[in-house]
Amino acid sequence: MASSGKLFIDAFWKNNPILIQVLGVCSTLAVTNLLANTLFMCFGLIFTTGLSNLTISALRNHIPDRIRMIVQVLIISIYVMIVDIVIKAVSPDIHRFIGPYVGLIITNCIVMGRAEAFASQNKPFTSFLDGIAMGMGYSMILVLIALVREPLGFGTILGYKLPGLELWWHQWTIMVMAPGAFFMLALFTWFARAKMAAPEGATK
Amino acid sequence: MEATATHGFAGLILIFVSAAFTDNVLLTRFLGMCSCLGVSKKVDTSIGLGAAVTFVTSVTTALNYLVYKFVLLPLDLDFLRFLTFIVIIAAFTQLVEMIIDRYSPSLYYALGIFLPLITVNCAILGISLFMVNKPYNFLEAFLFGAGGGFGWFLAITLIGGIREKINESMLPKGLEGPGITLIIIGIMSLAFIGFSGIIKV
Repeated sequence: MASSGKLFIDAFWKNNPILIQVLGVCSTLAVTNLLANTLFMCFGLIFTTGLSNLTISALRNHIPDRIRMIVQVLIISIYVMIVDIVIKAVSPDIHRFIGPYVGLIITNCIVMGRAEAFASQNKPFTSFLDGIAMGMGYSMILVLIALVREPLGFGTILGYKLPGLELWWHQWTIMVMAPGAFFMLALFTWFARAKMAAPEGATK
Repeated sequence: MEATATHGFAGLILIFVSAAFTDNVLLTRFLGMCSCLGVSKKVDTSIGLGAAVTFVTSVTTALNYLVYKFVLLPLDLDFLRFLTFIVIIAAFTQLVEMIIDRYSPSLYYALGIFLPLITVNCAILGISLFMVNKPYNFLEAFLFGAGGGFGWFLAITLIGGIREKINESMLPKGLEGPGITLIIIGIMSLAFIGFSGIIKV
């Protein structure tokens, strides 16, 4: 399938959920101060987008138009419940911190956005791929931001101390607090949009 | 001072103020960013959505509190809370939409476009989920919701005001729109950290 490859490239760069569509920003910012939290969140998100897209697309001809938002939210929250239980079982410590944010995957606009924009019009398998691709494009940015914030703020990566860093690096606390998240995301968006605007402007 | 140790009127006010300022949902908890980025282009629309969110948050947090305490916990159905909360929020929003449509068409036109946005506003679900982790009684839970909603209202209105001004200035191409808004929010969030010493809850 030629189009499925394109789907992934789009999700990673040209149509990236965070940088270009600016969806699902809430959890991006909240969980990226530690890489471990981020990885759990990404796992949950990819799982939810993929399967909820699949389900919604399979049911798309049976859902009455008027109540489709509610049905979509219900389908999504069932998958989020599964994710919540799994994370709780695997790592209660991490669950204590990201617990409320896992619940917020339900209202994460990427999941709803893709369900509404893609899954309600396309075939189940393509929608499933789209969900996975979007989830991965989202995760990529989350991991990148976490990779900047955790070393700068705590001097660690995945909880391991970076060698030699404590000799000259004073922990930059603001990086792991709220403002650091906003500034990092702003820089990423700036970079991506500036890069993207250049070639497009040339072809037009 | 522990949250459980604050009693009486002063304690209630503390909960409201801390939810609105020191624990601002938008600036320290990152909730409701999506609709904030989308809607905060103008002060008018910011105020409209902010008011709607404040109202819905106050009521749904109280409703969710009742359902959680008296239905989910006794029946040991804690894991169903996501599903229950979102259904309550969606149903309540739908109800408000219908009531406003029936009794005050002018208000409906003013708020109408914002109501569907509220169901997917993570601030509302988020406040309910944070409420679950706190040892509040009914009135405290209601004030926590109201304070959280008011904090969101305040933040989005301020951001709307700044964005109206900033639209008139020259910006680097890539920074227009979400980029510059995120930087504004970052600076405001720095400022709100200044509140954090005032109240310890």
